[in-house]
Formats: sequence, C-alpha cells, structure tokens
Amino acid sequence: MAASSPTDIPRWVDYLVVPLVNLVVALLLTGVVVIAVGANPLDALQSLAFGAVGYPEAIGFTLYYATNFIFTGLSVAVAFHAGLFNIGGEGQAYVGGLGVALVCLGLGSWPLVIVFPIAVAAAAIFGAAWAFIPAYLQAKRGSHIVITTIMFNFIAAALMTYIVVHVLIAPGQQAPRSSDFAPGVRLPMAKDVMAAFGIDIGEPPLNLSSLLAIVACVFVWLFIWHTRWGYEIRTVGHSERAARYAGISRTRAIILTMLVSGALSGLVAVNDIMGVHHYLPVGWTGGVGFVGIAVALMGRNHPVGIAMAALLFGALYQGGSEIAFDIPQITKEMVVVIQGLVILFCGALENMFKPQIAVLFRRRAIAAAA
Amino acid sequence: MLVDDFTVLENVMLGIEGAPLLGEATAKARTHLAELSKSYGLEIDPNAVIHDLPVGLQQRVEILKALYRGAEILILDEPTAVLTPQEADQLFLMLRRFRALGKTVILITHKLREIMAVTDRVTVMRGGAVVATVDTASTSREQLAEMMVGRKVLLRVEKAPATVGGVVLDVGHLDVIDGSGVARVKDVSFTVRSGEIVGIAGVSGNGQSELLEALAGMRRFTGEVLVNGKAVTGAHGHALARLLRRQRVSHVPEDRQREGLVGPFAANESAILGYQDDPACNGLILMDRRKIVSRCQSEMQSFDVRPCNPGLRTAAFSGGNQQKIVLAREMERDPALLLVGQPTRGVDIGAIEFIHRRLLEMRAAGKAILLVSVELDEILALADRILVMFDGRIVGELPRAEATEAKLGLLMAGVEGHA
Repeated sequence: MAASSPTDIPRWVDYLVVPLVNLVVALLLTGVVVIAVGANPLDALQSLAFGAVGYPEAIGFTLYYATNFIFTGLSVAVAFHAGLFNIGGEGQAYVGGLGVALVCLGLGSWPLVIVFPIAVAAAAIFGAAWAFIPAYLQAKRGSHIVITTIMFNFIAAALMTYIVVHVLIAPGQQAPRSSDFAPGVRLPMAKDVMAAFGIDIGEPPLNLSSLLAIVACVFVWLFIWHTRWGYEIRTVGHSERAARYAGISRTRAIILTMLVSGALSGLVAVNDIMGVHHYLPVGWTGGVGFVGIAVALMGRNHPVGIAMAALLFGALYQGGSEIAFDIPQITKEMVVVIQGLVILFCGALENMFKPQIAVLFRRRAIAAAA
Repeated sequence: MLVDDFTVLENVMLGIEGAPLLGEATAKARTHLAELSKSYGLEIDPNAVIHDLPVGLQQRVEILKALYRGAEILILDEPTAVLTPQEADQLFLMLRRFRALGKTVILITHKLREIMAVTDRVTVMRGGAVVATVDTASTSREQLAEMMVGRKVLLRVEKAPATVGGVVLDVGHLDVIDGSGVARVKDVSFTVRSGEIVGIAGVSGNGQSELLEALAGMRRFTGEVLVNGKAVTGAHGHALARLLRRQRVSHVPEDRQREGLVGPFAANESAILGYQDDPACNGLILMDRRKIVSRCQSEMQSFDVRPCNPGLRTAAFSGGNQQKIVLAREMERDPALLLVGQPTRGVDIGAIEFIHRRLLEMRAAGKAILLVSVELDEILALADRILVMFDGRIVGELPRAEATEAKLGLLMAGVEGHA
C-alpha cells in the first residue's frame, strides 16, 4: 500500500540523470547563442573543455574556483535543510574577509600553524556574525530571511568599503586595499608543493584551502545527518508542527542554522584573502555567494553532490575565460550569459524536466515488475 | 470549499452568478435558495457569514451549493466526521429525500454503521482496487469488515474490568486561548487515574484538540496541570514539551502526518521524534545511528509494522503502519500517562483492532490514558469514563456503564440538563 509520490524515483536518477539532462539542455541552448553571434559552437565547447581541464594550470584554476563554490554551496545547503534561503553568502564571505585580514595583519609574525586555525576561526566567526542578525530577525521578529540577507549583502559591501578605505588602508597608498600580509602567514600554494616534486603547473591560485573545503564537506555531512542538532534543523525545515510536537525550539534551530551557514560562507575568505590576495581588497567576492545557490540546488543539498556541482561550476568559470580569449566573437559578457544559462537550468529550473524523467522511470519500473 | 468571509448566499452563487451585475441575480438566487432549503429541510440563514457558522452548518451550505447547481449525483466524503449522531441522522433523512426524487448519492465512509443505515448498494475498496459490490440488504458489518481487510476481524475487542489506581493527571481550571484571541478551552477540570482510560467525546472543533495539545506542551494554557502530583506550569513553548516528556508523558498526536512524524525522514529517524535528545541514542556529539536503527527495528517488529524496514521513507508507509510507528515510539518508553488523539483516524479496520488491543494492554499495565476521539464507537469501546466537550467546556461526565449513544449525542450538541 506504499503511496508512490512523484519523488519516488531511484536516487541515482535524481542525483545524476536529472542534473545531466539539465546540463545538456543548457549547453544546447548555449550552442544556439554561440551560433547567433557567428561562432562555431563545437569550437567553443572544445575551447571551454580545454580551458577548464586541458592543462595543469587550468585544472589548478578550476579547483581554486570549485573551492569557493563548495564553501558557499554548503552554506546555502545547510540553510535549506532548515527551510531557510540564505542569499547572503556574498556578504558573509565579504565580512569573513575582515576576520582573516585582522588576524593576518595582527599576528603577522606568528608561525602559520598557529595563525591558520585562528584565521579559519575568525573567517567563520565573522561570517556567522553577519548571518546572525538576519537569523535573529527571522526567528524572533519574522522578518523574511531572503529579504534581510539580500539587504545585508549591500550593507556588507558599504561597510567593508568604509573599513578598507578609512581604517585598514595601507599607509601612503592610493588603492583601496589593506597592507600586504607578512610572507609567513600566506597559505602554502599547490604550485610550490608540486615544484618540490619537480613538476611545473604554472601559476594557479590553488592553495591549502581546498583541503579545508573537503573537511567542510565531511563536517556538514556529519552535522546535518549525524547529530541531534542537524536532526532538529531538518525537522524544523520539513515541518514546523512536528518540531513543536517534538519540543524543538524553532528560534534556536534557525539561529544555529544560520550561524553555521554564515560560517561556511565566511571560509571563502580563507581561500581568497589568505590564499590568493594576501591583502584585503574591496569587492573581491565577485558573486561567489550567488553561485553557491546554484551549486546547492544542483548538488541536492548533499556534500557529495555539492562537491561535484562545485567542480562543474569551477570548470565553467575557468573554461569560460578561456573561450573569451580564444574566440573573439564571444566576449567576456557573452561568457557571463553562457554561465547564466547553465545556472538557470541547473539551479532555478532544476524541476523542469524532473517530473517527465520520473514518469519515464516509473513506467520502466512498472514494466519491469509486470 | 467555502469562502470564509462570504455569506451563505454569496457562497451558493459563486461561479454561477449569471450576470455581470449582482443585483437581480442575487434576488433570484435568494428565492431559489429558500425553495431548496424548504424542500430538503435544510434550513439556513442566507445572510450568515460562513466563519460564524458551526462546521455542521457549513457542511449544510456545501450540500445546498451542490443542490443549487442542480446536482443529479451527490458525492459525500466522510460527511459525519463533523456531526453529532443526531445531526448525522438529519443528514441521512435529507439523503433519503434526495433519493426519493430519483437522484443518486455516493457516500464515502469508513463507518460501517452508516453504510448499513442509509445505503442500498455498497462497493468495498482495498489497496486502490474494488474488492466487491454487494446489496446492503444482503450483507453484514462483519462481512464488510472482512472484505475491507481481507481476513476476519473482531469489531469489538474484549475489555477486562478496570483496576484503577492513584491520580496521574490532575487538570484544574485549564483555559486555552488561541493565536487569534479566541478561547478554545474554558475552565476545564478533570483527573485521570492509573489503569483507566478517560475518553473525551465531542463533535470535532469543540476544544478537544486544543486541550490535548495544551496537555502535551504544544499550546500555551493557564490553569493547573499536575502529573503524578508535580506541577508542570512554569515552563512554556518547547521547554514545556520537553519537561512533559521527562515526566513520562507520551503523546500520540491527532495529526500523525504533520506532527507525529516527518514524512521525508527515514522511519528510524521519525521513530525518535521528540526523543532526539535522549542520551540512549546520542554519543557525546554524534548520534548513535546504529542503535537508533536497531531500536526502531525491534519496535517495528513488536508493533507488526509492514514493511519492517527502518530505512524506508516514513511517507511511504500506509496510514495504519505510520500510526503504528508513532504508537510504538510513544508506548515503548514506559509512559506514566499516555495522551492519545484520534488513534485510528484514516487507519484500516485491521489496524484499528490492533491499536485498540494495545491501548487496553497499556491500561491493564496500570498506565493512565487520556483518549480524544470524534468516533463515538471508539470512545464507547475503550473508555472507562467519558467526558463530553462542547464549545470548549466539559458539559458532562458519564461512567461507561451509563453512557449511551443517545445521551452522549445530546451532550455533544450542547443540550443542557441531560445525563
């Protein structure tokens, strides 16, 4: 008597086939756009693939982008599990940068093994703090988290510009940026590690943070599915009434969720500020918080899916810049359009083909059973 | 569906106004509605606003709406859930009148008594397929029940006399005011002792649900509640629900799908809902998933949950098996007091028998049980004492021996001075 709902399709279909179909459709539509601007779509695809994974430096760039997307994707996913839509990853990452910068500027003479965990903690705490205010307003006052987190992105941008330009600006500098961090507190780069083995991989920004991203994936998996706090968060996300029945505080669950979510977004700063820039610039986040939404959607809010989706988006980002370089008709703006199409199909429209695919597979299952 | 803020007349006209301007159409509709009310004996004030009407009358508006549209076939889905026995009799009278005019009624119900009372033919469905269609006159309740379940069932479980102990639950002057400021429970006082089942009867929507939720810590209340002599006032919100669980109060909620379980969770996760903090299923930081699963497995075995698979999604179980998961969770924790709301709603007859037997076993084991049900049959089958609620108050208390359907029905309708 098991009721079969539309979601009752094999997991591998939901996690693999559906995203793949979405991706193919997005690429087909991209092909149309490419033809429209007078270029050959197959050339473009080849250039994209080669630019993303064709040579060691490209792979390094792809992994670097993927690292950021893992952090923000996990951030969005954790919030999703409580039924919250955290659009504020951008601002939380930005403020996380302040935490990293303060630690690296203040403890410049300390050894990296000590500064690294402190900087990670600072990034997480600053990101969490920036998520706390919208979380509190949602939990206690019912202000919608989507609205408040979006607004907090703007507030973060203004606040950080002020802090960088008026407080942290390097003495005697015109550019809006902080002083450089001491060489001792810069994260080890992949290229240096590979160079030690005698392998030259060019100059990709890939650094130690990518390992931190893997740790974050494991942490989220354990937190959401193997702790009572994750259990409470998921209960609140699925049914507020069940949470009330179970004596779960909705307020506490919302605030805890958003603190974890904000902390994960904050970790982007470890990769970008401590790993790549080695100083605090303005406007360095570049939409990474928003891509996290698409990554979380495509990755079905599961760390494994998110890691895979993040790699795909990392490849798109890296490969996209290569296309603009290779094919003159496809400008940088065109690449943004192409990336937007992929995000649209894999993220926002992810349920477009799912019902049809589900019907197809159920028919097959029934036929097999008969 | 009715529009809450519209009058009866507006609701009846909705969608077939017949003209862009309402003036004339309204006048016509008014006379037509008056004729219908009269000929079917369904009196109603056409100017009453829907949300001011009791549920029984709202149902009457729904029926009038169908008649107004010239219905030849009237399909009623569990129409008596919101009615007193007397109101149900009135409804059936109206249905017979409708039939006498040469029209058709399809009555969907799980109450065998209703089928025997008003229908001419009956079709039994099981698992989405038609099992049989028979003339009502040539069948019996027992036979219907057997067809519904696919095996012989006992319609009435044997009940030993109660051995009543001390007071477990003592409720004094309890009031519940809901979010919109309406008093749902008014000055309710009663006790439940160990080894007895106290039933709360009443037409649905008369405060029973709110009373049960308040006692389970899901609603704010004022007044005194003592469990085993200890006051549970002071805490509120989620802390109260936790406090009550610590005092060994178990609660089988009325709405198992939205409250008692979490549909997308695996069965073993739903099986710890409310006990997620229990040290027994937690390590220092991580949950002990293996223990949770094995515990769920043994609970499912002892309550005969099918399929016996703790990893299956909760929503994939049938209503009866979902309810068994909830009952197993709440009963297997050795509660002092068991609060039970609509334990057999949407559950097939075979599972009803099982659930009733389990509740009586709990009673025999000396537990105090408070049972809220809109099914009079269920209350009469299980309860030792019966409290009747009407409009948020307890309007009568009857020992089981003195309770009859007629007496309870009058109390449920708010007729004073009986019993």
